[in-house]
Amino acid sequence: MNSRKYLVEKIVKIILLIFTIFIVFVLLSIFYGIFKKGLPALNWEIISQVPKGGYYFGKEGGILNAIVGSLYLAIGASLIALVISIPAAFFIHTYLFSYPKWQKRVRLWLDVLWGIPPIVYGAFAFNFMLFMGWPSSLLAAMITVALLISPVMIRSMDESLQHNSKGLFESALSLGFFKGEIGFKFLFKQSLPGITTAFLLALGKGLGDTASVLFTAGFTDYIPESITEPAATLPLAIFFQLSSPIPEVKERAYAAAIVLTIIILVISILSRVLSKRFSKNRIK
Amino acid sequence: MSLENNTSLIDEEIIRKDESKGLHNLIYVKDLSLWHGKQQTLKNVELNIRDKGITVLLGPSGCGKTTLLKTFNRLTDLDPDIKTTGSIFFEDKDILTKNIDVYALRQKMGLLSQRPHPLPGTISDNIRYALKLKGIKSKVEQDDRIEYYIKKVALWDEVKDRLKYSANSLSIGQQQRLCLARGLAIEPRVILADEPTSALDPISSRKIEEQFQELSKEFAIVLVTHILRQAKRLADYTAFMYYGEVVEKGKPSDLFENPKTEIFKDYLQVGH
Repeated sequence: MNSRKYLVEKIVKIILLIFTIFIVFVLLSIFYGIFKKGLPALNWEIISQVPKGGYYFGKEGGILNAIVGSLYLAIGASLIALVISIPAAFFIHTYLFSYPKWQKRVRLWLDVLWGIPPIVYGAFAFNFMLFMGWPSSLLAAMITVALLISPVMIRSMDESLQHNSKGLFESALSLGFFKGEIGFKFLFKQSLPGITTAFLLALGKGLGDTASVLFTAGFTDYIPESITEPAATLPLAIFFQLSSPIPEVKERAYAAAIVLTIIILVISILSRVLSKRFSKNRIK
Repeated sequence: MSLENNTSLIDEEIIRKDESKGLHNLIYVKDLSLWHGKQQTLKNVELNIRDKGITVLLGPSGCGKTTLLKTFNRLTDLDPDIKTTGSIFFEDKDILTKNIDVYALRQKMGLLSQRPHPLPGTISDNIRYALKLKGIKSKVEQDDRIEYYIKKVALWDEVKDRLKYSANSLSIGQQQRLCLARGLAIEPRVILADEPTSALDPISSRKIEEQFQELSKEFAIVLVTHILRQAKRLADYTAFMYYGEVVEKGKPSDLFENPKTEIFKDYLQVGH
């Protein structure tokens, strides 16, 4: 019954297509919504100035404090996460090499950690800060976000090392290298594309995450001058402006959303380009 | 792990016997058994590896040849489930004892694995890593030696214009020769080869085989293979393994002409 096969094939194709179109449509309509509402309010002033006195009532100023705050936070957090993640990922692939059971356990644990909602990290960090008597600050937020993104960073490097790492490891050992040396010399080169992707993913997450910075970063109208000062972040700036009853302020919230979306878009594209460039010496 | 590091026990008798026959042995495997968890993979292996020349470990897949090879450079350490008894004497030491410097040992036993595993980096980097391990710091000397070793494996003409390319850009056969060159650059005494041609096309395989014949004048080569014809072409000495045991061993001329056991007779028949 070949004609039936053709019919079913057609139906299946249409179903798959519908779902694909649906998700692309959602993405495009978000873009459309943000740009339609935000574009009129988006101008040089809003991205080049910090809020003036009456900013939140629709008067002069901009969201430079939040843009800079978010960038500081995301870069700082990603760097801290990198310092934690690289040794951890190498450990899984070198010293844990002989213990596959433990490799699996560590991976499961990291995946569980990644599943914990950011607000829980935020609350945990906030409690810790209260206990220690620390005020909200850029540093506290950096550490919180770093802890939040480390699991996925480790796992993404780990995935990039899965392929071929056994043979590479054994042949480097047979040359007389020791395990740690293999990690930092060869696995580093091998996972450079993975590290780049992981770093930029983390950067995006650091820019976009709201819940974990809600209590930890605080909010300020100024650009922080040290990591012990509180800092404004874009997601929180959007949140505060969106909850305002004044239409002009609401519009600016969408303008801020455009800025955030564009930054994250640029990072995503950059991560593709860089990871391709760094795969040059990777052994496939 | 094995008992004591008692060199006086080994086989001064055997050594004398061999030397009287004009043979020089480099590695003595004495009553080696190996368990992988509860499963015994090697059973009371007794084997001498000749100093120069090719010793072929022949046998069907899963007979323990590769495991035996990996005990020689202690790659078996990677699996915590592996336990061994017996000894392997190499340069007057039992290399299965704990107080052996495995890193130095591995540099004396260059391993060529089934599939080539170049290290991430350029073609010349791959040799340079090995040279740096040997403590050669001068860039000029490194470059000289890179050329020397790549020439030694007859790869120079193919790669001399693209030494700065990723090792990944080479064909599998070329990669295998690069790995051989890298292994030679650490100046080993023994070359352990684990079915080094099994992933290669016939022409690349022949090149590797020719290399081995040439290198066997300088090095002791232990070649693991399941290919009977390869064994016949290359072996100076052969050990036939079956289910973890060395069933027959000897010079190829005796061994292949007069198989003593049924298992080996069968293997020879099927192999033809």
